[in-house]
Amino acid sequence: MTLYLTRRYRFSASHRLHSGALTEEENARIFGKCNSPYGHGHNYALEVTVAGPVDPATGMVFDLARLDSLVREQVLDTLDHTHLNLDVEAFQRTPPTTENLCVEIYRMLAEPWRRFAVGSSARLKKVRLEETSSNYFECEEP
Amino acid sequence: MEGKNLFGEGSAVIYVTRRAEFSASHYYHNPSFTAEENRRVFGKCNNPHGHGHNYTLEVTVGGEIDPATGMVLNITELKRIIESEVLDLMDHKFLNKELLVFAERIPTTENIAVEIWRLLAPKLTFGKLHRVRLYETPDLYVDYFGE
Repeated sequence: MTLYLTRRYRFSASHRLHSGALTEEENARIFGKCNSPYGHGHNYALEVTVAGPVDPATGMVFDLARLDSLVREQVLDTLDHTHLNLDVEAFQRTPPTTENLCVEIYRMLAEPWRRFAVGSSARLKKVRLEETSSNYFECEEP
Repeated sequence: MEGKNLFGEGSAVIYVTRRAEFSASHYYHNPSFTAEENRRVFGKCNNPHGHGHNYTLEVTVGGEIDPATGMVLNITELKRIIESEVLDLMDHKFLNKELLVFAERIPTTENIAVEIWRLLAPKLTFGKLHRVRLYETPDLYVDYFGE
């Protein structure tokens, strides 16, 4: 029996969509107003889903407080109130589209998850990232 | 047009979701843990007086579109079943004390979702129960697919 537990978090960051592999004209055409050189901000909503059996002793899939501390330490402390292009190493060369940001957040969690979740059968199942209330991206375990 | 929907395609599965809300209180406690362990594992949820939530339940049923009605199911019927099987039992209750099933099983959101599946599955005479999603708060939900 597998239960899927999802927790929602929020952070705010700015970004500029710009690719060094494209000309100025191409960047302006492809990214439109997201290419504005000063960047612009979003309130992102992040959902992290873990999957696993219910531990009969606790009735829980995974300890929420521990999940919160993992997400806070690995993701929110690094991304919240930053300019993604300027402040986050991963986006020095890669445009911080929400697709790339979603994959990066999965990566930021996946590596520590192996050490963090020792003793639990829960898996890091999915990261879902909303850029606005109208668009979101999902990255699932391989 | 029997067996086909308006687009001329047969056997497309459509998922219909109905939302309902109920309010209940609970606390987390495992009698085989010491008092100190219970406090450490469950934190403030261990307060024996309980605490409450406004739960939001989403019930998703999958099925084919009936060509005669254009519907997968009668949503009013689904609403009635959710009310009689779940809300009448859980709304405005102290789950640990008023529901027999939670006298022995901790009423975590996970266990409540599984119990709701168990209550609804045998009562649905149409479609197939696909998912029970239970929000404890807007920032926390659990999905159960029955397996």
